[in-house]
Amino acid sequence: MNVTQQLVNAIWLGSVYSLFALGYALVFSVLGVLNLAHSAVFMWGAFIGLISVIQFGLPVWMALPVAMVGAGVIAVLLERVAFAPLRARGAPRISQLISSIGASIFLVSLAQLVFGTQPQRFPFGSIPTDAIEGLPFRVTPIQIIILVIAVVLMALLNLMVQRTRLGQRMRAVAFNQRTAGLLGINVGGIYLSTFFLAGALAGAAGVLYGLAFNSMTPFIGDAIALKGLTVIVLGGLGNIQGALVGGFVVAGLEVFSIAAGGSNYRDAIVFTLLFLILLVRPQGLLGRKEITRA
Amino acid sequence: MDILRSIGITEPVIQFMLVNAILGLSIYLTLYTGMFSLANAGFMAVGAFTGVILTQEAGLPLGIGVLGGMALAGLVAIPIGLPVLRLHDIYLAIATIGFGEVVRILILNFDPLMSSITGQTVALTGGALGIKGIPKIAETWHLLLFLGIAAYCIARLHRSRFGRAMAAVRQDERVAANMGVNVVYVKNVVFILSAILAGGAGALSGHLTRIISPDGYGFDQAVQILAFAVLGGTGSIAGPIVGGIVLTGLPEVLRFASQYRGVINGLVLLLMIVYVPGGLVNPVGWARLWRRLRGPTPDA
Repeated sequence: MNVTQQLVNAIWLGSVYSLFALGYALVFSVLGVLNLAHSAVFMWGAFIGLISVIQFGLPVWMALPVAMVGAGVIAVLLERVAFAPLRARGAPRISQLISSIGASIFLVSLAQLVFGTQPQRFPFGSIPTDAIEGLPFRVTPIQIIILVIAVVLMALLNLMVQRTRLGQRMRAVAFNQRTAGLLGINVGGIYLSTFFLAGALAGAAGVLYGLAFNSMTPFIGDAIALKGLTVIVLGGLGNIQGALVGGFVVAGLEVFSIAAGGSNYRDAIVFTLLFLILLVRPQGLLGRKEITRA
Repeated sequence: MDILRSIGITEPVIQFMLVNAILGLSIYLTLYTGMFSLANAGFMAVGAFTGVILTQEAGLPLGIGVLGGMALAGLVAIPIGLPVLRLHDIYLAIATIGFGEVVRILILNFDPLMSSITGQTVALTGGALGIKGIPKIAETWHLLLFLGIAAYCIARLHRSRFGRAMAAVRQDERVAANMGVNVVYVKNVVFILSAILAGGAGALSGHLTRIISPDGYGFDQAVQILAFAVLGGTGSIAGPIVGGIVLTGLPEVLRFASQYRGVINGLVLLLMIVYVPGGLVNPVGWARLWRRLRGPTPDA
């Protein structure tokens, strides 16, 4: 087993997982709900990027910002339709989980209608696929680009949450929604911007995933949805740094279990880990202990 | 019957309605006790494969197959429930999703795994292809009987001491514990009962479909089972039964709009939970929605 090669694979795959899971974690940290339609937003992001290249002839690098904005808008609509009415009524968190499942089924079925179920790809030659020469491991330029974009986006998000007014407000709302509202923070607006950011991250992850595997169907969200869940549980639900680390851990586990010949058990290993983390350390690897235990 | 058939409700559809009503009841039990478990698809898989292997490989009658499926699902629930039921709402949901996936993958790889352990060639679950050519031996009256017995037992359970303990655990675990309810015991027994019901539904459905494969029991199925109970309402036993029947019948009735089925299914689930939170069987919720639609009364 070529350990260096596997590490390289784990790192770029992990960056996509982390980027995807960050949106999950962001929404969970601010609203305390699990948005199971996040993977559907991810898939729509991938398709918006693809369509902007195929149909509207935009250059491939433009697919990323277009998809981020498009997916962000979808996420905002999602919050208005599936989450806001339930929150206004003070419904239990479980109802929001179920409404997000309904929204997810709707979005995936709609994508089947609009884009069809045949795998689609970026035009041939638009993505450099030849491996870079002179290195002890195999890596393509696009994998490096994916890694760089993902890391830059994650760094920007972290900066935004830690250093800007918006991030400060988001953290205030996450800490206590009512107090934040009394202190003059527009809580509804914060929810909308949180969803927009989470959607944009999902859209970016979708485009990068699309570039990496270059075969897109409306079902690409299914596999990553459960991976993303594992990632945020590993990192501690709602913990942004945790989601970052978790993405690389899950990707590493996956890549190395395939390399060790256990590709049939790849997902079983990931989910067993999920199971154990929840039982032994529900606050996640990096999390602090909560007052109300899981 | 002719009227039903003309709108797409044929006998196989009715059979699946009944299976799904049983599945709705199985998740109703855990929801009624305040446990948000998504493990039922996994237990259904255990029941389906056990039942089919018993009738096909061992040549036993259907009744034994169903009982075997129920028993194994119940047995699997014991070691899963003990650690997992300490978790609450979203954490419990995620852990049980993980359980469901592990069951699916284990069934997928059961043959090579067993072959390597025993040293002989084992071919029971058929890997990704599943088991094919299962004779269709489950009849509508089997399903009706099973559903009837299950509903009767749950109705009796509600009026019992144990049933009141279940409601108490849902309303507030700590208060229930202070009142002398053995919370851990109640939760685990309910979890096992729910698994037994799901296992029975799985074993019966395995003898309806002619083919079973592990991919039929994944996350989608778990969500679907949850939708039966949520759509129907978890306030009474009638809720999940109605939910299972409606949600199974809806795509068939909407067959004329076949390409929009998924879209409509998703919308129905989304709009139901947002606007009719108590589900279909819930007079209070409907009255409230009616008042809201009619708008504020002029004198108010």
